[in-house]
Amino acid sequence: MVNIIVEVSKYLMIILMTVYTYLCFSIFGFSDPDRKQRLLRKQNVLMFAIQLVAYMVMYLQTEDIRMLGFYLMQVVLFGATILLYTNIYPKVSRLVVNNMCMLLCIGMIMLTRLDYENAVKQYVIAAGAIALSLVVPVIIRKFKLLSEWRTFYGVAGLFSLAIVVVIGQVSYGAMLGFSIGGISVQPSEVVKIIFVFFVASSFKKSLEFRNIVITTAVAAFHVLILVISRDLGAALIIFIVYLAMLYVATRQPLYVLAGLGAGSVASVAAYYLFSHVRTRVIVWRDPFAAYDNGGYQVAQSLFAIGTGGWFGMGLFQGEPDTIPVASEDFIFSAIAEEMGIIFALCLILVCVSVYIMFLNIAMQLRSMFYKLVALGLGTCYIFQVFLTIGGVTKFIPSTGVTLPLVSYGGSSLVSTLIMFAIIQGLYILREDEEETIERKKKERLRAKRSGQEAKARAGNAGNVPERPKRSGQKGQEKGQRKARKEQRIR
Amino acid sequence: MALFLVMMGYIVYFQVVQSRDIIRSSYNARQDSYADRVVRGDIVDRNGNVLAHSEVQADGSEVREYPYGSLFAHVVGYSDQGKAGLESEMNFELLTSNAFFLEKLRNEFQDQKNTGDTVVTTLDVELQQAASDALGGNKGAVVVMEPDTGKILAMVSKPDFDPGAVSANWEALNSDPDSALLNRATQGQYAPGSAFKLVTALEYMRENPSYDSYSYTCTGAIEQDGTTIRCYNGHVHGTVNFRDSLAYSCNASFCNIGLSLDISSFRNTAEDLLFNSSLPSVLPYSKSSFALDESGSTADRMMTAMGQGETQVSPYHMALITSAIANGGVLMEPYLVDSVTNYTGTEIDKNTPEEFQTLMTSQEAAALKDYMTSVVQYGTASALSGQSYTAAGKTGTAEYSSDKEKDHSWFVGMSNVDNPDLVISVIIESADGAARAVDVAKQVFDSYYY
Repeated sequence: MVNIIVEVSKYLMIILMTVYTYLCFSIFGFSDPDRKQRLLRKQNVLMFAIQLVAYMVMYLQTEDIRMLGFYLMQVVLFGATILLYTNIYPKVSRLVVNNMCMLLCIGMIMLTRLDYENAVKQYVIAAGAIALSLVVPVIIRKFKLLSEWRTFYGVAGLFSLAIVVVIGQVSYGAMLGFSIGGISVQPSEVVKIIFVFFVASSFKKSLEFRNIVITTAVAAFHVLILVISRDLGAALIIFIVYLAMLYVATRQPLYVLAGLGAGSVASVAAYYLFSHVRTRVIVWRDPFAAYDNGGYQVAQSLFAIGTGGWFGMGLFQGEPDTIPVASEDFIFSAIAEEMGIIFALCLILVCVSVYIMFLNIAMQLRSMFYKLVALGLGTCYIFQVFLTIGGVTKFIPSTGVTLPLVSYGGSSLVSTLIMFAIIQGLYILREDEEETIERKKKERLRAKRSGQEAKARAGNAGNVPERPKRSGQKGQEKGQRKARKEQRIR
Repeated sequence: MALFLVMMGYIVYFQVVQSRDIIRSSYNARQDSYADRVVRGDIVDRNGNVLAHSEVQADGSEVREYPYGSLFAHVVGYSDQGKAGLESEMNFELLTSNAFFLEKLRNEFQDQKNTGDTVVTTLDVELQQAASDALGGNKGAVVVMEPDTGKILAMVSKPDFDPGAVSANWEALNSDPDSALLNRATQGQYAPGSAFKLVTALEYMRENPSYDSYSYTCTGAIEQDGTTIRCYNGHVHGTVNFRDSLAYSCNASFCNIGLSLDISSFRNTAEDLLFNSSLPSVLPYSKSSFALDESGSTADRMMTAMGQGETQVSPYHMALITSAIANGGVLMEPYLVDSVTNYTGTEIDKNTPEEFQTLMTSQEAAALKDYMTSVVQYGTASALSGQSYTAAGKTGTAEYSSDKEKDHSWFVGMSNVDNPDLVISVIIESADGAARAVDVAKQVFDSYYY
């Protein structure tokens, strides 16, 4: 009987996920805010439904009462996250909040299934990181001079890189982080965010050729250090993020082409210079032939995805624990095995939807610095998604990066949540800007009108005109001051 | 964004096209968990005779039964204490149930196992039995194939074992000095002996378009740079042409031919015939090796030309080469599984004959076939002449130790030469003269035609 429930709920979860994913994209088609609001709320209902079904199935299978307790804890966390974000920041992008929770939720389900203890650890980190991320938009709002700290970003970036190198040497690249109090810290996660800020502030300062050369040199240095310390994933991410930012800043396709060309040459060189790069490529070409030389990871991952098929094996029905590092780099395979390829494809689409929203935000931002930050962080996110999923499905050579928000791993989780929060902060800023502009427009209109009135009246009586003050003199001044500030940021 | 579309397309492609082959890999431990839900399916021969069947006991446990005992021990394999043969290669199919879905649903509700799919092999019980009987108590292997389809009809390896009692006999089987668990047909590595002269002959034909005018006077031995090679039993063949050299399997003449060959070209021809490369095979196999290179001494060159030296080959590989000769130079993709059906017989998946590769031109194949006919008509395989069916082939005697009394006895050949029905490859290890591979082939052909 339990079997039947597991089977049925498997399809139910796929249907719920498909509808959720559909809403992620259909929402872009609606402009009516009420309608949007309804759809976004519907998404929350769907997410909680998936979560409920998943934990019910897992409870039935394990008969472990902790499952139910943990489930309730998560309902509280996600409920609070959605409520807090939307109430503290009414102008936040609800879609991004929803998707953020959805990705966390799927990750928690899979982690619970793989290793309850780890899932609880992840939960604690997630709760802390979400709390932390709630402050980020405030910081963005308060510190208007973020764009002026180029030197600081440069130094901080190099410092974190140095940490990467030291660790890389100590552990021969086997481990990319160290742990503080049981929580592993991967400095390369921090490097990415600082790098984006560095490049954005640098381009904001000047787009002269000389400055571009210097920035490119710093970027290339980052990539080189990361390749040497065997963090190929982070190296590729930095490379792609830099190209994207360079293009948006300069609008010069030539730069990008040159960059891609240099990248290709560098990859070929890396292939011949570094054995660890070669191994990845050999494994990618035929993981079964190289089974005993590192190929087993990708091979097991393919077994998992293939055995699961379109609809998956059902939770606790597969053997995702045979995939090495299933809860981190290979979590996508574990999800595909037990929840099915359709579910996994939906997961990819949810990530894509997040990126589309990020691009949307970046495009609407008027300040070049903020625009570049949003674009850089967004690209950083989506390219990491691409690397990890492409790697575990043997679409591209595996680079050993995590699936942001879904995979187990403290620093990845914290840095991704902060990235999301930064972009949310920028989005809120934009909404503010828009409001200011609206207000300015109105004011101008009003000023015009009152000016005419004044003229007319002056002609008539020569008296100081009295006109109705709806918002009050003080408010107007405030608005103007704000508008001036915005101008300075731009 | 386009990257993501391509990647998702790839994942769909992976699932639709590639995943079936990938998850069948024996590295995939997931297959065994299927056994909790599915009763292992049957393996049957091409006429529906059951070769392996799972009986469900009263307590719900399964016992795998092999009605023909040790007859199919290597090719069908075993399924406890690890898996081998088709039991291993087709594990995924055997543990997948494509039964009618309502029935599966009912079983789910009643918490009963579904019945796994049936693997219909290309094997033929009668031919397998004939080959096994013909080998008798000798160590060796027989492979019988259909050259125009690639179907493997029989595959025998001796000594054999009881596949139903592998667990019970595990220790003994593993420490067996004769390694009974080894499938000699595909994994045995032997010096090909004179059977390799087919390859040497092919190379000579390629280098010398006027090979028909070849002539050599055999004095029973050939001496070159201090190495002397004798004909079998020191037999003096006198003046022989190219056809006679092959028919009599004249060592001296072939050493003479070997000395004239361009080594790298010889190597290329051997590699055309799949030496030093992977073979098309369902079962695990050993690669054959052709080791001669430019640095080879005179002795190496003479030895290689007559199938001694470093060259190593499996009986299965020799069957593939002979199949290509029989089939106008084209090697058909060899296969052991004809189809997979659900347990009631509804077809799920069907293998159809496919070309694997052209190993030689049709002219070359025809010429070799012609010479192989002479081997039967008046040469070393005359035991096969005078039957109601025609036959062609090549014998071989491979020395493998200093004990000159005991050699491996080879025969590769085909029946019904104009439109070959069967191709056979036989090896008898350390035959002492009484047991001859050609006689094994004759018994198999006889059982097929009479």
